[in-house]
Amino acid sequence: MTNMTICDAASLESAKRLVELIECGDERAAFDVLEELSAVRESSLFQDLGKLTRDLHNTINGFQLDSKISSMTENDIPDAKERLNYVISMTENAANTTLSAIETSMPISEELQTRVEKLYSSWDRFRQRDMAADEFRSLNHEIDEFFQWLTKNVPSLHSNLSDIMMAQGFQDLTGQIIRRVIALVQEVEESLVGLIRITGQKMNTVHQVEERKTPDITPTGPVVPGVDKGDVVSGQDDVDDLLSSLGF
Amino acid sequence: MKILVVDDFSTMRRIIKNLLRDLGFNNTQEADDGLTALPKLQAGDFDFLVTDWNMPGMQGIDLLKAVRADAKLSTLPVLMVTAEAKKEQIVEAAQAGVNGYIVKPFTAATLKEKIDKIFERIEANKG
Repeated sequence: MTNMTICDAASLESAKRLVELIECGDERAAFDVLEELSAVRESSLFQDLGKLTRDLHNTINGFQLDSKISSMTENDIPDAKERLNYVISMTENAANTTLSAIETSMPISEELQTRVEKLYSSWDRFRQRDMAADEFRSLNHEIDEFFQWLTKNVPSLHSNLSDIMMAQGFQDLTGQIIRRVIALVQEVEESLVGLIRITGQKMNTVHQVEERKTPDITPTGPVVPGVDKGDVVSGQDDVDDLLSSLGF
Repeated sequence: MKILVVDDFSTMRRIIKNLLRDLGFNNTQEADDGLTALPKLQAGDFDFLVTDWNMPGMQGIDLLKAVRADAKLSTLPVLMVTAEAKKEQIVEAAQAGVNGYIVKPFTAATLKEKIDKIFERIEANKG
């Protein structure tokens, strides 16, 4: 702003002088002043243009240097989408396992209730000595049959409950996957902030190109099919084989 | 038998505790990472350690190494129950002296099988 005013004041001065010289009829001096004026204009134009070019150059360089962003868009973000899809399928499987176990357990618990109510009322009448001998024989038979039914169905109730419990393991596994995606989102956010800083102001530092070198045993959470490549085992049998090959 | 279950996810700790109770082990305690587990192990008379790998603070593999390096704890049986499934990791755990390695998701039968195996081996080594 101050530069502009100084420049304007100088121009105004020159312009006044130009008018005076034309009025005096000094054509040659007037021409010199005119030259002077246009030189000032040109030099400031070139300065502005130069500044713009430098900004553009820096910005473009900034884009190129921030290879972290391009690697994120190329690899990490599609990878994160895959991971989140896997979370959906894991939670779906867990929900289905749980619902199936409940669906097979409900009829058992309903039948248990019906049978117990019936037996209890007969038993009650027996204790009140309100039962004929024939009916008692039939009660005897019913109790016997009930025990057989219990022996058959209680274990399946237990195994269904155990299935429900194991299915809850999804919370740990999906939690680990989601934590990784959150870390990625954070990285993207930081890069975007960096990008805004580069484009918004003049770039002042050279961005370091970070190379990711992970030690081999760094924990990476659950294996996500189609995303995690490399030397991973495909299940407990593989683990057992590997360990037994090591003499375990 | 006193067992310490170490996992940063409380749901997984509950699952493992319930499975252990099903197998007849009622005396279990919990810790949520290696840093909280180690003092408990050093202070208490634990007979068995079940630990995850990937945890904030101190990870399972480092807990295992710390246990093996501690004169008082060095022979404590350790079972790893983890989602980490890279071969290098399993080899690393084996070299660090793990007694069993289970990858998540796992089944109740797998847990029972591994625990049985660990104690069979310990018995065999005693005799």
